[in-house]
Amino acid sequence: MAQSRSSKASSAAAGSTGDYPPFSQRHLLSIADLQPYEIIDLLDRAEKMVPISRQERKSHPTLAGKTQINLFFESSTRTQGSFEIAGKRLGALVMNMAVKTSSLSKGETLIDTAATLNAMRPDVIVVRHSAAGAVELLSQKVGCAVINAGDGAHEHPTQALLDALTIRRQKGRISGLTVAICGDIANSRVVRSNLLLLGALNVRTRVIAPRNLLPAGIEHLATEVFTDMRKGLEGADVVMMLRLQHERATGRMIPSVREYYRFYGLDAEKLAFAKPDAIVMHPGPMNRGVEIDPAIADGPAAVITEQVEMGVAVRMAVLDALLPAGDNTP
Amino acid sequence: MTQPLLIENARIIDPASGMDHRGAVLIENGLIADLSTGGPVGVPDGAEVVNAKGLVLAPGLIDMRVFTGEPGKEYRETLASAGQAAAAGGITSFVVMPDTTPPVDDGALVDFLLRRAKATSAVNILPAAAITKGLEGKDMTEFGLLKEAGAVCLSDGRKSIQSTALLRTAFSYAANYDMTIVHHLCDTDLAGNGVMNEGLFATILGLMGIPIEAETIPLARDLQLALLTDVRYHAAQISTAYSVELVAAAKKRSKRITCGVSINNLALNENDIGRYRTFFKLSTPLRCEDERQAVIDGLRNGTIDTIHSDHDPQDVEVKRQPFAEASDGAIGLETLLAAALRLVHSDDVDIKTILRAMTSRPAEILGLDSGRIAKGAPADVILFDLDYPWQVTETQIRSRSRNTSFEGARLAGKVMRTIVGGQTVFSHETETAT
Repeated sequence: MAQSRSSKASSAAAGSTGDYPPFSQRHLLSIADLQPYEIIDLLDRAEKMVPISRQERKSHPTLAGKTQINLFFESSTRTQGSFEIAGKRLGALVMNMAVKTSSLSKGETLIDTAATLNAMRPDVIVVRHSAAGAVELLSQKVGCAVINAGDGAHEHPTQALLDALTIRRQKGRISGLTVAICGDIANSRVVRSNLLLLGALNVRTRVIAPRNLLPAGIEHLATEVFTDMRKGLEGADVVMMLRLQHERATGRMIPSVREYYRFYGLDAEKLAFAKPDAIVMHPGPMNRGVEIDPAIADGPAAVITEQVEMGVAVRMAVLDALLPAGDNTP
Repeated sequence: MTQPLLIENARIIDPASGMDHRGAVLIENGLIADLSTGGPVGVPDGAEVVNAKGLVLAPGLIDMRVFTGEPGKEYRETLASAGQAAAAGGITSFVVMPDTTPPVDDGALVDFLLRRAKATSAVNILPAAAITKGLEGKDMTEFGLLKEAGAVCLSDGRKSIQSTALLRTAFSYAANYDMTIVHHLCDTDLAGNGVMNEGLFATILGLMGIPIEAETIPLARDLQLALLTDVRYHAAQISTAYSVELVAAAKKRSKRITCGVSINNLALNENDIGRYRTFFKLSTPLRCEDERQAVIDGLRNGTIDTIHSDHDPQDVEVKRQPFAEASDGAIGLETLLAAALRLVHSDDVDIKTILRAMTSRPAEILGLDSGRIAKGAPADVILFDLDYPWQVTETQIRSRSRNTSFEGARLAGKVMRTIVGGQTVFSHETETAT
């Protein structure tokens, strides 16, 4: 498995990304804002970024002279690191705002922060915030591009894009596949972005969770809803596991980790219900033994490290799309 | 004494008597001195005569749920600024909620409010006193002393008392002084971290939902306790179909049970939140369209007694925040009438029913003499143009806070003149002339 387009793409690799018409969005706030052709466009652009990260000199400085600020109100080593590497490989000056040590923890409002950062004239701000809609609010108050790196339980668009890119490279296509997403559906921004993206590309989407981890109205967002994991996995091409915030959930949302693992943890027995060539994904960080058996997480079906690699490519593509070369408007 | 005022050729609508007829009203010495729907009215010497052709003359509105920032947060709203907003909105009396800093849980504070209101505001301001000390939901306040000081009803304002035992005691003690309990309904445990109505829309926005049961469970509890204690009980604001059912059933068993609805839950639904518009973040939350329609039904069939503005001024600092972190509340004094008239223009509710819910019904519940057009009644009246088109803009807002959920809305129906105790406290003509 897993041949697909990577070899083809690498020949076009070093080539410019200028073959594309200008990306029509000013920000990347949510998958809901994107048309299917824009999603495909971003995936194609990301595909061309993959070889850059595989070169010896991982540099493609289309963003030289541009300033990128990573503003993470919630700490996230991997997403922040991924955006930082993406920006640096494109030659941008990347600055990480350490929120906990700044005035942000002293009661300055989000709007004040936006105004302050805006005055430093960045070209793009990458924002993660614990409140849904916070990134969009910030985007209304600044003159540069804003990328949503996760806002509450709302959206995490670059995660959905990197998942789609991983699926496309593994399966050679996206349309027509069956993707099962399992875990804490209620509190996951990854699920919302994925359902929107996959839905836009004609994927049969399934969500699997105990009833109390399913949000109201989910049946209108996913093609099918399951509480029985085996039935939900039947015939799936892709199995996406979600992280269970078990420190927070135990006692409130679920009685115990062992019960959760018994019914909703992915092990070989349950995975056998999916298609034989099904791939297993996880947005990380994983809780081995909580939502996934270590043997599966590190086994042949897992494409979790490829997801991380595609994350850098997707973020390079998004930065490149939002900041076309030569555009120095504030 | 003030100059007598004769208003003639008006369409007089008085929900209390059921009158809807062309006629004239003579106002003298702060009272409605005469009323005629045909015969001539004696015009005293020096009277101002107003030809109100094309206008509706109705009792001044009585708003049962208004928050201000006085004392403690005067930058949000004072009694004076709320009074000006009310006058412009045709509201001649309003109940001010005890959620201030400090809370109104003591007779001295009721006295303070009444004196401040008299000194700074042209409309009647009626203080509601807290049910529990500090609005903490633990210990009862001095109902008897609060009543003596002038509290018009008892309410914990935005707060909802969670203890069933405390509610029982408070209801029974309020019945002892024949005071009305006005209670906000929210099971805070069940509502949890919810910030809007639970459902598909909340799921799409990634916001935590508040289920309707967070309202109906405490409502069912309150109604049972109200029947048990025979207190005058007013459910502050209901917003769901099942709440209407519960109140309708309880009303069959007691005439002392009433309920209100916020204009927001009548005129808006959860879709108005759009993309995280915090002026639509309210407690009680905006519900889905089916629930709104059920609430309109409840108003039409008389289950819902009163409509109020739920006027809740909040400043930019607490509103321009991510949705989940923003404060609840929207202002509404200036838009109450026009927003309610939307339901008349859409043929959902007839004009008399709408006006009754903002005049005679609140007057009856609060035991006021106003809220009606009758000889000898206080001259708290309004003249309004039922169809006058206007658009809500930030610059015209009189309230100190700008958090209106009707910003930019096109409304039909505008107050032309507001009269309190025979004195004109608002005139559209003079406002537009300046």
